[in-house]
Amino acid sequence: MKKAVSGLRAWMVQRFTALYLLAFFLFSLLHFAFAPPDSYQSWRTWVTAPAVLNATALFFILLLLHAWVGLRDVAMDYARSLPLRVTLLATLALVLTGLGMWALQILLSA
Amino acid sequence: MKGRRPVFFDLTQIEMPVGAVTSITHRVTGILLAFCLPYLLYLLQLSLQGPDGYKSVISIFDRAGFKSLVLFFIWALAHHLLAGVRHLLSDIDTGSRLHTARASAWFVNCGAVAIALLGAGALW
Repeated sequence: MKKAVSGLRAWMVQRFTALYLLAFFLFSLLHFAFAPPDSYQSWRTWVTAPAVLNATALFFILLLLHAWVGLRDVAMDYARSLPLRVTLLATLALVLTGLGMWALQILLSA
Repeated sequence: MKGRRPVFFDLTQIEMPVGAVTSITHRVTGILLAFCLPYLLYLLQLSLQGPDGYKSVISIFDRAGFKSLVLFFIWALAHHLLAGVRHLLSDIDTGSRLHTARASAWFVNCGAVAIALLGAGALW
């Protein structure tokens, strides 16, 4: 029961994060296509605009969630022995959490 | 359990339908993109450190070797996004019929290469 629910939740997380990631990606692509930064100042001004900064922070959080579900699926498919699987998943969780904290730190100190 | 079951696992002989190629590539590009994350964060951090950091990111992007990596990244991202959209569409029951699914799988595989070629044009 619990497993079924968590499977459905993972599936939902993968889809909804994907939609946000796609929207944010298209938004930044349009920005770089039509108003690319021409100096450090203009790049920093754009990144630190509150709307962009918040959207970027959310992007990294959802990106890491998306990567967690995807890589978790891969680990569960190929790592058949339980100790190996637990080690892989624990390492993965640790690395992704670390990356998330790093990303937020970059944005907060920008 | 019977001891001798026929085993046929010669990878060069297995024919993968186009949808299978799209599916496994979606998985492989997802893993690749995840491995790119620390490098992306490093570049973002460097670019925001100050005018000097910003300039060194620009000069990193000017290197031919790095450009080829970026090109590979563009292909992987394009494939992952297109295949992901194909997935989302089939979730809402669009394009699940075999004929459409095959056509969209071809579209994803070729579209990703086309986008990579456009990226190459923009990079060089």
